[in-house]
Amino acid sequence: MAPVGPGFFARMARRLRGDPLGALGLVLVLLLVFCGLFAPWITPFDPFKLNVPDKFQAPNLVHLFGTDNLGRDIFSRVIAGSRIALWVGVSTIATALAIGLVLGLVAGYGPRWLDNLLLLLFDSIYSFPTVILGLTVVTLLGASVATLMFVVIVIQTPAYARLTRTATLSIKSSEYIQAIESLGASKLRIILIHLLPNVVGPLLIVASMDIPSVVSLEAGLTYLGMGIPPPAPSWGRILQEGYSVIQVAWWIVVAGGIPLILTTLGFTFLGESLRDNLDPKLRRIL
Amino acid sequence: MLFYAIQRIGLSILILVTSMVMLFSALKFIPGDPATIMLGSRASAEMRARITQELGLDDPVIVQLGHFFGRLLTGDLGTDMWSQRPVAQMVMDSLPYTLVLIVVGLGWSAMIGIPLGCYSAIRRNSFIDKFTGLVSVGTISIPSFVVAIYLILIFAIWLRWLPVVGAGEPGDFAGQARHLVMPGFALGLGWVGYLARIVRASMLEVMGENHIRTARAYGLPELQIVRAYALRIAILPTITLLAVAIGGLLSSAVFVEAIFARPGIGKLIVDAASMRNFPVVQGGVLTTVALFALTMPIADLLVAWLDPRVRATL
Repeated sequence: MAPVGPGFFARMARRLRGDPLGALGLVLVLLLVFCGLFAPWITPFDPFKLNVPDKFQAPNLVHLFGTDNLGRDIFSRVIAGSRIALWVGVSTIATALAIGLVLGLVAGYGPRWLDNLLLLLFDSIYSFPTVILGLTVVTLLGASVATLMFVVIVIQTPAYARLTRTATLSIKSSEYIQAIESLGASKLRIILIHLLPNVVGPLLIVASMDIPSVVSLEAGLTYLGMGIPPPAPSWGRILQEGYSVIQVAWWIVVAGGIPLILTTLGFTFLGESLRDNLDPKLRRIL
Repeated sequence: MLFYAIQRIGLSILILVTSMVMLFSALKFIPGDPATIMLGSRASAEMRARITQELGLDDPVIVQLGHFFGRLLTGDLGTDMWSQRPVAQMVMDSLPYTLVLIVVGLGWSAMIGIPLGCYSAIRRNSFIDKFTGLVSVGTISIPSFVVAIYLILIFAIWLRWLPVVGAGEPGDFAGQARHLVMPGFALGLGWVGYLARIVRASMLEVMGENHIRTARAYGLPELQIVRAYALRIAILPTITLLAVAIGGLLSSAVFVEAIFARPGIGKLIVDAASMRNFPVVQGGVLTTVALFALTMPIADLLVAWLDPRVRATL
């Protein structure tokens, strides 16, 4: 039943060959993962090292994306930034996924009043525009990496919980679950062995499509000075520092924006292709 | 219909109240003195004492909650401790700038996205259809603040065509319009492709229905079929979508306003948040949440009213 089983990757590879955009998406995503994992070995310069005599160099063969007002190599900072983006994106989504899964199962399988209460809670969180919810939490807790991650988890959890709940409800009423229930299986057993494997697959795909929006939220809040504190080379920080010197050094904002665009494009193309090629059974739940 | 309307609006109000309770209790759950959190560490003991007394922070929580809603109902959002101005006044001063920006952003994207989606559905697999499909996936995902910064680089720094900062002088409509071009474009860009895709999908569905086949059999001109019979139904999901879009647009507007220094509600919240000025943040957030929460039932009711099939079931 699980969507990711033996033969899955071979099947995906075959499909991607006839789908150039999906393949492009996969390449972009792999590029991001590669840069994120191996950043310290790829960066030609130390992304934090000041080198004031070389400040404001336009892109050249030594400094591919030029240097900033402190002479730091922008290319190295962009590569190092991919590690932050990847780390924030994956860790927060994974946490939100775990919490959302549990809450969704509780809402879908638990008593009716608890379901209604949780739904009201999800909808209320949903009624805050994301960035504005983020700014509120930052005002209360102060800007830090922990606050940023907390914000993302609060924003993302209701979506996964709702999805899990819908899937749970549709599976719960199916005949094989009723059959197991009548055989006296415990609720815990039904949830762990029969519901969970059916819910996790589609959820993982939705979650991976959410990574770019989390990455841009991180960059956006950092741009506003309310995300990851300096001097960490988040792409949002590169954009913000570049914007303050945009009159003299155009290449900094260009270099800070392009990885964001490529990341979102990559995940979107890949996600669209995954969704179009999914089992129709899974597509119905999504 | 009336029952449905009451039910729908009631749900929105319930959600609104819950989100406000959440906002209110957020301050209580956080460890530390609420007055200090609200005013930031720079506040003097005197200011802290005043806000404690003014907001009744020493009262039991339930009494405070009662006071909180009591003040909200009278439109009192509190006072900004730094400028001594009523928060409601500050919010009302900035709200028009944001609303104009959202209307312009959503307006231009709807004016281009909806016809594009229609055309793509009618001329399926044509060059324009394929091009629209590709561009829409591309533009949907580019963050609005990146678009905004690139626009500034090209049109303000390199070409020097458009102004960057502010919203123009009051009374100078041409200047205000010029100040709207880049922010409006940045805000709407992602929605062009999104709207085109939704309209295309829903148009394709409607064009396959029986009443369209009947209209064709009667020999009605294709343009009339599309305009009078298909689009009228196909546009309905878009209306719901536009209401959901308000939430996303309010988020994007925060970035766009901050980048273009446009004195809207997004910039108000950002500036207050960076000074950790909670009363102002809270007032701004409450207003945006209310705006968003009330758009949804209006859209749902509009769809129900416009769609005879839905109207019949109510």
